[in-house]
Amino acid sequence: MTVFSVLLYTMLGVGSLLAVGRLALGPSLLDRVVATDTLLVIITAGLGVYVALERDPHVVPVLVVVSLLSFVGSVAVARYVGGMLMRSSEDGSGDPGLAPPGTGQTGPRSGERRGE
Amino acid sequence: MNDIDSVPDWIAAGCLLVGAFLCLTAGLGVLRFPDVLSRMHAGTKPQVMGLLLIMIGGMIRLTGWSATWMLLLVGVFQVVTAPVNAHMVSRIAYRRRHVRRDKLLVDELVDAERGAELRAGEQGERGDQPADAPGQPGDPEADRTG
Repeated sequence: MTVFSVLLYTMLGVGSLLAVGRLALGPSLLDRVVATDTLLVIITAGLGVYVALERDPHVVPVLVVVSLLSFVGSVAVARYVGGMLMRSSEDGSGDPGLAPPGTGQTGPRSGERRGE
Repeated sequence: MNDIDSVPDWIAAGCLLVGAFLCLTAGLGVLRFPDVLSRMHAGTKPQVMGLLLIMIGGMIRLTGWSATWMLLLVGVFQVVTAPVNAHMVSRIAYRRRHVRRDKLLVDELVDAERGAELRAGEQGERGDQPADAPGQPGDPEADRTG
């Protein structure tokens, strides 16, 4: 069953590499938040595959901790970005560098839409 | 890992295979999809299903109740927290205008946002922000914390 385990780890590794690619490319901060969450859940899945294949229950608490950590990290960064959004829209300094360069401002800004 | 010979072990192997494939799908969707909302859709739904299947495979393979309950805890926790996470990220993404509006079929939030802006203009308040949002106008705490 070595072929089976190699197949499993290859799928998980390719998935995590794709998530790392989005983490490196991602034009905005929120893309990177989503990619980090995906990467951490794939790491959790990899630990779960190891536990299941080797029948080794020692890694299971690590799995609980990684799962908790991914949730706390994503929610913390999302709250932080929301705070940046409110502060930047209030003091009129505009974009704090969060928008993607190409696709970010496809919709009208809130100030302009009122005059339509 | 050389002891996949009984029926439960084959069921567990199938669960692990489908779960790993769903994780691969999640990574592919996160890389290939065009904007934040669809990336988040790819990063939450197949992700949770794949992790649940892998946890079920681990529960079948492991003997001993404590490890089984911990794997169940991980699965339940993922089911509970993934919607919260996705909701927060997509809410911020919609307000930051990271959404490709030309790819949306229905955008029900446009009317709601417009109404919130109108109400905010009348009452001197802003939209549906959390109560501890920084920099509320007329909030003395915001001035204190700078």
